[in-house]
Amino acid sequence: MADEVILLDGYVSSFGMRVRVALAEKGIRYEYREEDLRNKSQLLLKMNPIHKKIPVLIHNGKPVCESLIIVQYIDEVWKDKAPLLPSDPYQRAQARFWADFIDKKLYDASRKIWTTKGEEQEAAKKEFIEVLKVLEGELGDKPYFMGERFGFLDIALITFYSWFHAFETLGNFSIEAECPKLISWAKRCLQKESVSKSLADQKKVYEFVVEMKKSLGV
Amino acid sequence: MADEVVLLDFWPSLFGMRLRIALAEKGIKHEYKEEDLKNKSPLLLKSNPVHKKIPVLIHNGKPVSESLIALQYIDETWNDNAPLLPSDPYLRSQARFWAEFVDKKVADFGRKVCMTKGEEQEAAKNGLLDCIELLEGELGEKPYFGGETLGFVDVTLVPSYGWLSVYEKFGNFSIEAEHPVFIAWGKRCMQKKSVSKSLPDQQKLYDFVVQFMEKA
Repeated sequence: MADEVILLDGYVSSFGMRVRVALAEKGIRYEYREEDLRNKSQLLLKMNPIHKKIPVLIHNGKPVCESLIIVQYIDEVWKDKAPLLPSDPYQRAQARFWADFIDKKLYDASRKIWTTKGEEQEAAKKEFIEVLKVLEGELGDKPYFMGERFGFLDIALITFYSWFHAFETLGNFSIEAECPKLISWAKRCLQKESVSKSLADQKKVYEFVVEMKKSLGV
Repeated sequence: MADEVVLLDFWPSLFGMRLRIALAEKGIKHEYKEEDLKNKSPLLLKSNPVHKKIPVLIHNGKPVSESLIALQYIDETWNDNAPLLPSDPYLRSQARFWAEFVDKKVADFGRKVCMTKGEEQEAAKNGLLDCIELLEGELGEKPYFGGETLGFVDVTLVPSYGWLSVYEKFGNFSIEAEHPVFIAWGKRCMQKKSVSKSLPDQQKLYDFVVQFMEKA
């Protein structure tokens, strides 16, 4: 019996993109459903009643929420191909730690870049770059975060790359100038079809952010 | 060769309590090191340079930080007894979801109930009660969130149960009155030695917060 896989998502969401990349890595066929977050579908509200957020993966009718939990679920169910997490428990703990670091620090810092001005914006840019530099340090000279193979932690971070152009334009700074190694890593990831086909177009992200700024009045 | 396991912790920390319970459940011999958070040890700063927080589990010299990540590490490394996460991937994803919910919401509301007043405190009290109601729904008729035995969500949540009377005193409200199912679950967990030995006396916790706030 064929698996039925549905992804409730939002095109520009870095969290949603993580799931798209994971599904593509594993070659999983699925139905993509774009949600209008100002008018959430009944299905979304039923499948994620606690947080009412995307992404939600619905596998044979059963929902899984929270992007990193979904990626781990995908890795455990479709375990015969393209393992995303390493097999060693300590390596897994490290991958989870850094993905958690990204979730705790990067999103909030980056949001302030396009929602604030003046001194507050300068502080946000500084914080954002600091977080990226810590991650760059963790990458070191490795091709991918966990070594030779693209995996969980690369997926957790690469999806924010599609927002970099928007941050740079609205914040008037160059991320590449500050974190060249990280940008090289990002370009390496983009050579993978699972990544390039899953990431939102950066111009479309920029247009989305400009619209959001207008509607938020920031 | 024997494993060397060290836990850097701070006795009132509900995050640290999670690891104490897991280590006890699995019967893992370890060295407990109490940290003075106003004077963090070089070992702590070296083991968790990013966040500089407890708890940190150090296994044969290698540190694991963040309580939920350390719980999974413990479960995967000492995998021959007392499993915390179920083996089915869907049930695992649900356990992770609810543990994260507890981690993000319950601890924060609890802290605000103790540390704030007025409207902010009322909001925190309501938030905490809402969380407990949702968790009761998830527990349902099961003895534990993990089913017949203590699981990942139980271990993550029960330290907050260990702080309950402190929240009730500071917030001047009764959680027990509205949520007997949650209280029954908490008492059931406390009957297990791994839990009762890992949670400090509630009066001590209350006195600790009073002292902490006096100094602030």
